[in-house]
Amino acid sequence: MKIRQLSLFLENRPGQLRAPCKILGDAGIDVLTMSLADTQQFGILRLVVEDTDRARQVLEAAGVVVNVTEMLAVDVPDHPGGLAQVLEGFEKADLGVEYMYPYGRGGAATLLFRVEDPDRAERILAEHGVRLVPSAELYARAAR
Amino acid sequence: MKTLWNDPDGGFHPASAPDFLPRRELELLQLGRLRSVVRRAYERVPLFRQRMEARRLAPDSIRSLADLGQLPFTVKTDLRDTYPFGLFASPMGEVVRLHASSGTTGKPIVVAYTEADVQVWTSVMVRSFAACGLHKGDVIQNAYGYGLFTGGLGAHYGAEALGATVIPISGGNTERQLMVLADFGVTAIACTPSYFIHLVERAKEAQIGFGKLKVGVFGAEPWSESMREYIQAEAGIRAHDIYGLSEIIGPGVGIECLHRRGLHVFEDHFYPEIVDPESGAVRPDGCEGELVLTTLSKEAMPMIRYRTRDITALDPEPCACGRTLRRIRRIGRRSDDMFIIRGVNVFPSQVETALLRVEGTLPHYQIVLTREKGLDQMEVQVEVTPQVFSDEIRGLQALQEKLGQAIEQVLGLRVKVTLVAPRTLARSEGKAKRVQDQRKV
Repeated sequence: MKIRQLSLFLENRPGQLRAPCKILGDAGIDVLTMSLADTQQFGILRLVVEDTDRARQVLEAAGVVVNVTEMLAVDVPDHPGGLAQVLEGFEKADLGVEYMYPYGRGGAATLLFRVEDPDRAERILAEHGVRLVPSAELYARAAR
Repeated sequence: MKTLWNDPDGGFHPASAPDFLPRRELELLQLGRLRSVVRRAYERVPLFRQRMEARRLAPDSIRSLADLGQLPFTVKTDLRDTYPFGLFASPMGEVVRLHASSGTTGKPIVVAYTEADVQVWTSVMVRSFAACGLHKGDVIQNAYGYGLFTGGLGAHYGAEALGATVIPISGGNTERQLMVLADFGVTAIACTPSYFIHLVERAKEAQIGFGKLKVGVFGAEPWSESMREYIQAEAGIRAHDIYGLSEIIGPGVGIECLHRRGLHVFEDHFYPEIVDPESGAVRPDGCEGELVLTTLSKEAMPMIRYRTRDITALDPEPCACGRTLRRIRRIGRRSDDMFIIRGVNVFPSQVETALLRVEGTLPHYQIVLTREKGLDQMEVQVEVTPQVFSDEIRGLQALQEKLGQAIEQVLGLRVKVTLVAPRTLARSEGKAKRVQDQRKV
């Protein structure tokens, strides 16, 4: 049920963001969603693509430092208070959110969450009635 | 004893015989050679003559090895000041070879060899390779640069005279180096330690093995014990430190034997002293100081008491290998490698130790010194590796903090640590450039 995400190390200077995007583009890999976290000195680019292994391979071959981490995808009810409702489930399950960003494909309001222990989170969220979107479904939405 | 003398057939390379001379015989040989080299320098090189006369010294003033301490020093700037041929003691007709240093500032320094000098150089390189356990039948990949740099040809002549098979591949072209290493049955490689680490990294990336490689003869730049451990573990070889400098002869001034507890100096040709780097006073064996070398048999360009700027100590204790040659402690630093920042003396090797402690392996790094509003700043740029990369900002900030603390522990100095992307720092195909001093003094 987990979504694999690529994290890339970037230095905070012009041109650094373009390079990995060009590498993926040249390899014909479509980026489904991304988020950039930055400090004054460096940044971490997080990406979701369908073929994570191949993306990692082409990036590493070009000398980029890459990590693969697991994310949880949740459809958030698209009305006021919808996100609060989902987060309540997280809170009850005592799950800390490291970071999150939206997945903007296929009409639904989907959020990708990075939590401390994705395996435990997966189990507990199910118990609290939070539905996780499986990766196959997520990728299918992008194709639509 | 014979089994230690390197020949699988039970003999030993005849060139290694002087390594085992009784001390008394060695000292007699040294004194005889010292007296004649001082005479040669006095009679043929105006600079030496003037300096000796200024001290009211004549060649006959040298009656014992201890008298060497009365002679004036020679320094690197003497070679620059007399550029190109001012210190030659042989007419050009007798000089068969010239080499020159890379010369980072201004003119290079030029060194000369007569035919006999080349023979001496070859013999000390044979003895060096033999001390590393190499012999006829070994295949030596010589990745030192061929050309004006002494490393390439010095190692080449020695390896050939040893009876080994030499691959004169010279430096650079990493892909070809790795292919030859794996395909040609190479058993030993000679290059700079930083270049070998570069080869190890690229081999890992390309998932290529090192074939039959068992010995590395690394020199031409200071390297640390931690680098040795890394090299030995990663490549599965025995790493030997070789010492030398163009001003004296090139590589082959000193070598680590199989025991690798210091480098045996080929004292029958190069007489070592340790002096106080400030006052120049001679220090006894065992004390740390600057290494000073006198060439005992050089014809074309004798060097009397040459200040190497290398910091080490002389170990007179007998070595388990049976060699009677004194050893110098491996040189972790040069006195001019050192820089002073906010009143603290810093050697790059200290920073290296700290980085290794945190990351487990040595990442590529560079030290950048700047001056902002009159205050010196030291920045250590460290390449991020997949092993230490964290997906979270605070993970990376924690790494930065840990590196900063480790450096502070070693230097007693807070420095700025910057994480940079892999392969952004200049890779050395030759000597590593670890320090960039951008301070305008």
